[in-house]
Amino acid sequence: MTLLRVNAITKRFGGITANRGITFDVASGELVGIIGPNGAGKSTLFECISGFYAPDEGWVELEGTRLAGLSPDLVCRRGIARTFQKLRPFQGMTVAENVMVGALTRTKDVKHAREQAHEWLRRVGLIEKANAHARTLSTGQRKRLELARALATGPRVLLLDEVTGGVDQRSIPALVDLVRELHAGGLTLLVIEHNMRVVTAVAQRIVALHMGEVIADGETAAVARSPKVVEAYLGQAYVA
Amino acid sequence: MSPAPQRAAQLSVDALDVAYGDFQVLWEASLRVEAGEIVAVLGPNGAGKSTLVNAISGLLRPRAGSVVFEGHRIDAMPAHRRAGLGIAHVLERRRLFPFLTVHDNVLLGAHNARARPQREETLARLETLLPLLKTRRAQLAHTLSGGEQQMVAIARGLMARPKLLMIDEPFLGLAPMMVAEIGELVRRIRDEQGIGVLFIEQNVELSLRLADRGVVLESGRTVLSGPSAELLRSAEVKRIFLGEFA
Repeated sequence: MTLLRVNAITKRFGGITANRGITFDVASGELVGIIGPNGAGKSTLFECISGFYAPDEGWVELEGTRLAGLSPDLVCRRGIARTFQKLRPFQGMTVAENVMVGALTRTKDVKHAREQAHEWLRRVGLIEKANAHARTLSTGQRKRLELARALATGPRVLLLDEVTGGVDQRSIPALVDLVRELHAGGLTLLVIEHNMRVVTAVAQRIVALHMGEVIADGETAAVARSPKVVEAYLGQAYVA
Repeated sequence: MSPAPQRAAQLSVDALDVAYGDFQVLWEASLRVEAGEIVAVLGPNGAGKSTLVNAISGLLRPRAGSVVFEGHRIDAMPAHRRAGLGIAHVLERRRLFPFLTVHDNVLLGAHNARARPQREETLARLETLLPLLKTRRAQLAHTLSGGEQQMVAIARGLMARPKLLMIDEPFLGLAPMMVAEIGELVRRIRDEQGIGVLFIEQNVELSLRLADRGVVLESGRTVLSGPSAELLRSAEVKRIFLGEFA
């Protein structure tokens, strides 16, 4: 069953077309990797899906309902949560309070929100930092915090933007395991990732972007071998 | 064009560990550059390319390992002294002084004691290589196009009279025509001035067509290095950039 439909999204910035007619469907429970060289349009696509940018053309549907014109908070309440490549925790709040902000989109009961926040912090392995200020966390810990905050909104679709980017090599396997667990639990995920080892380790399907367009969409191994993808990443010389 | 490998390297980086706080980026990174060589530093995003170059120029101090330039151990030296020894670093995104003229930006490159007395002579020589230094002399740097800014940034680096010029992402954000022009400039810097060039670039094929040799970083380790022609055929390069399935 199609849960999320990205339909002919085009987004321009002046003379630059960051997304050009991007179309793909995501079935409920799927984990789709979004790859592409620098400047391919991956983050712009996430901004369009999550309501931070209004696309110039096209729209996003969640279970057949168009999300056009909804602000990011309303998109989130509909069930699409995200993390950010450039981390944006609420610096002045504690770690638990940050996650409660997510939980409070679903409940007005502060006590319940706090319990949920603690539960998610346990899941992402950050419970011992619950009372620390967000600004005191390392990059890897802030990634986990953003993940917990997004999960606390009770999403049906989770968009992860570079979850391993800027994270110490030693912390990557645990993050990969966490993404796998969330997927195994039935969550639908879209994962932007530069680290191809991470993508191929978690995604069954990959959508590859280059210069704002979809150049490949399919099973992970087939996309990684696709001549268009090889050329986009490395150049014509490497196309077998 | 590559010098014979038995010569002592001009720059040799050995087992370099660099960390930002508890976040270690480079793990025993190693690199050699012979005098007059063009070397490309390649690797996926976040592999540690800029960190490596920053540790060579002295913007970062390594936690362990060594950097030796023309026989001098330089890894504990402040950046300005390394510049004085002949290492110039053209930063990612050019970093010109936006409200200074082209001329003033370029002159600031000749700050070190070795370069300053000869700066008029160096500038005259560079004006032949890069006519825009003359034609755009009084223009404010921020009003230049990206490619022109890159040329001025490279000229500023050359004003230090380096023996090795390091450029972080010379082609970033440039139109294809300008990419070709900057590539040609790098070649002429080596061929006409005998200055070695170490550069970082995302585009693998473009880099290897310009460089004599490439060094590939993966997750903070220098996992592969060799002549460009070899790397252009390497299945290992494909694996590093595209994963196990490629």
